[in-house]
Amino acid sequence: MLSMSIEVKFFASLREKTGIAETTLEHAQTAADAWYQATGGMPKPEKVLVAINLEYADFDAKITAGDEVAFFPPVTGG
Amino acid sequence: MSSQIIDCHFEPYQLLNEHQQTLQAGSFGACACFVGSMRDFNDNASVSGMQLEHYPQMTAHYLDKLEQQARQQWPLLDCLIVHRVGAIAPNDPIVLIGCWSAHRRAALEACAWLIEELKQRAPFWKKETRPDGERWVESNTDGH
Repeated sequence: MLSMSIEVKFFASLREKTGIAETTLEHAQTAADAWYQATGGMPKPEKVLVAINLEYADFDAKITAGDEVAFFPPVTGG
Repeated sequence: MSSQIIDCHFEPYQLLNEHQQTLQAGSFGACACFVGSMRDFNDNASVSGMQLEHYPQMTAHYLDKLEQQARQQWPLLDCLIVHRVGAIAPNDPIVLIGCWSAHRRAALEACAWLIEELKQRAPFWKKETRPDGERWVESNTDGH
């Protein structure tokens, strides 16, 4: 059976803090679960934003197979 | 309607003019633009350079979405968003927003809305080079 993994990405200061740019998970229930699994249980910093499939989401948002989950700090463009 | 991410120096007023040339002559009565550029200071410290990182798929998606939302709120003939990424030097332009409409209010209001939304939501991050080392900028100024 084809496995649809979950892609997890970290950006900017969170990429440096976790030491991870991208990783894949076999399963994750929520964004919080993806954070926990990808970081090996690292406590979540106070200000972390989550995007699922390029849209902002909450930490308790459900994840399904094939999703892309991204974690990043407050944005500072412009 | 157009959004672009650029990884090298750009001339904002040249891009604005080039884009305006693509619009039908006589169709617009107003063009409002915003150009954001890099300061050589921040929070009372000198800043000699900057790295601008982004989340490529999400920035492309998000800038297109912002333009669509602006066009739903104001009767715009066209708009243009250009944002720089990569290594940036003081005085380099970082962002260009251009809005064209038949009358001034739509162009002015949409331009102001777009830059505030971009600064609050679009996934870009700045890392400054200061005399004491590099530092991620933690938040944008709110409406300054």
